[in-house]
Amino acid sequence: MRTILLFSQFTRGSAKLILRGPRSYWAWLAFLALLIISGALAYSAQVRTGLALSAMRDQVSWGFYIGNFTFLVGVAAAAVILVIPAYIYDWKPIREIVIYGELLAISAIVMCLLFVLVDIGRPDRFWHLIPPFGYLNFPQSILAWDVLVLNLYFVINFVVATHILYRAFHGKKYAKRLVVPLVLFSIPMAVGIHTVTAFLYNGLAARPYWNSSILAPQFLASAFCSGPAILLVVLQLLRKFTRFEIQDQAIWKIAELMAYAMFLNLFLHGAEAFKEFYSDTEHLLYTKYWYVGLGDHRTLVPYAWSAVALNLIAFGLFIVPAARRHWLTLNIGCLATYAGVYIEKGMGLIIPGLTPDTLGEIYEYYPTFTELRVAAGVFAIGFLLFTIMLKVAVPISLGEFVRAPHRLAAQDAETEAFTPSAAGA
Amino acid sequence: MSSQEKPKVSRRLFATSGASAAAAWVLTACGPKRLHEVPRDRLRTALQEMERKYSERTGKDVKVSGAGPLPGVEFAYGLDISRCIGCRRCVYACTEENNQSRDPQIHWIKVLSMEKEKGVDFSHADPYYHPATVPQEGHFYVPVACQQCKNPPCTKVCPTGATWSEPDGIVVIDYDWCIGCRYCMAACPYGARHFNWAEPVLPTDVVNPNTHYLGNRPRPKGVVEKCTFCIQRTRAGKYPSCVEVCPVGARKFGNLLDKDSEIRYIIEHKRVLVLKEELNTVPRFFYFYAT
Repeated sequence: MRTILLFSQFTRGSAKLILRGPRSYWAWLAFLALLIISGALAYSAQVRTGLALSAMRDQVSWGFYIGNFTFLVGVAAAAVILVIPAYIYDWKPIREIVIYGELLAISAIVMCLLFVLVDIGRPDRFWHLIPPFGYLNFPQSILAWDVLVLNLYFVINFVVATHILYRAFHGKKYAKRLVVPLVLFSIPMAVGIHTVTAFLYNGLAARPYWNSSILAPQFLASAFCSGPAILLVVLQLLRKFTRFEIQDQAIWKIAELMAYAMFLNLFLHGAEAFKEFYSDTEHLLYTKYWYVGLGDHRTLVPYAWSAVALNLIAFGLFIVPAARRHWLTLNIGCLATYAGVYIEKGMGLIIPGLTPDTLGEIYEYYPTFTELRVAAGVFAIGFLLFTIMLKVAVPISLGEFVRAPHRLAAQDAETEAFTPSAAGA
Repeated sequence: MSSQEKPKVSRRLFATSGASAAAAWVLTACGPKRLHEVPRDRLRTALQEMERKYSERTGKDVKVSGAGPLPGVEFAYGLDISRCIGCRRCVYACTEENNQSRDPQIHWIKVLSMEKEKGVDFSHADPYYHPATVPQEGHFYVPVACQQCKNPPCTKVCPTGATWSEPDGIVVIDYDWCIGCRYCMAACPYGARHFNWAEPVLPTDVVNPNTHYLGNRPRPKGVVEKCTFCIQRTRAGKYPSCVEVCPVGARKFGNLLDKDSEIRYIIEHKRVLVLKEELNTVPRFFYFYAT
């Protein structure tokens, strides 16, 4: 009874928080709603007509959706970059903001699953993956592994984040026995989701561009740039618009970690480019298509070089202490990182991997308007979820949103009164 | 006493049979639905249901065969590169036989025009060649379809187990179980798998009513399909339609386990190659030079 009462208080309180906000908040929600409606309309047309509304064809059978999926797995995995120093080294300034990393991970995973759903040809049959109704080809199919680890990672983050917040709402500290093991487990899981996602491509000998053992480490390196980049911007916004205090130190530390991750990312890209260009085998074609184009087929070349430039700018800004401590250069660095990794994963991973196709044909893929609208809709759903979760989580962390003590005082007394007799019985 | 016991027993009997009936119903409804694991007797009902559905839709008496693999048979294919003239008759015979979508067009066979100077080199291959007459000077042709690999990278990656190797060596797809994720298409090194990007258009007057449940029965939108060595023909003792139509006899087909078969003669006596040997897919599709 008490639990139900508390929970209803929590949900009603949360609803009130979500429904209250300044005009800019409502404008933001309206903007997201618009994108979601547009995406839903585009998607319903795609379901009716088929994936022919995308630019994907037999030659390039995966495109923008799967690229976005891959990018967002990286974002989800990046929560770990905050968890490691917070819990292992007990570094307090970061510990306060770990919860936001977890909320970001939850939103990112939801977007990942939606991107897979919009990409499959028979979304009505998704239950074929779920035993006992369906059949999951585990352990043969890496996609089966991915389904498992992504959902597990989602559950872990969801449990930890909601537990911490719910306890804070009650004015209690979280249960260490539950949270610490789960958080520690989420570290290998975060590495796991991105490694498994890399292996998804890595294991295909038919696609030499992906069939390189550098792929998984490179995925991790780029993920540890893009995830924190979003978080840093979000944390600064929170600091600006709420009473939430985040120490500068925490932000600088994350920026410093991003610099190392970006160095690794650039280094691994360089190592791959060297191997391809110097050995100059028939497998060079795919790398060439990305960086210089094949004959007249040069659609992706501007993307390739803007990704390289953005990543280099971000690295430069984050490695110089003065630059990462200045708010303007810090934010330019964040945007550059986000954009750089987004282009590199969204356009640079899937499409060159499939171009030219296995029989040498060059089909130049470029996402259609339908694909862009659907993708924008999925992102809007993710951002909406993240916004709503922040709207509840921030007041809880600030101690502004806790259970009303007077209303439950009687209940407390009742419980206490019953305890001895219960023990006696 | 006995008159009192009787209703007791029959009540138990009633309960037991009721429960088993319910269990049977649940098992039928929730039991295996993948054609891969459906028992033969249930398969028969499923095939009848398919026949009814397709006949209704096409207005033809569509037969859906459930013929299984024959013991002691492992199919293999031979293609004589020195004979092929690149006429693409096989491409269209295949389309007619196997009920591929006419709009958008799906072709299970792709004929690649290659330059004699370069040899078998996919990066210089042209699938869209259109000279006035074939064969074109300085060119030779390599038709490619599913290589029916012994170590298929495509079946391994399928997350729902909707595609598998049959005991006679044919790699098949369950069109009712495929979720259309296209992972198999990314995994196939031969571009042999094709996706129904839109609702397949198959005019009723061109429907081939002799179908097989793992082969040429009509496919829905959003699933993957591929060459099945004309499973509806070859399991009935006939040649694939591409073999029959080839005007120069470049296409050979037979049982790999039969020592006296033509395909065994070719493998033992001719210069044979398989595509992308280094990927260890172990194709059952052999290219050879007879002359």
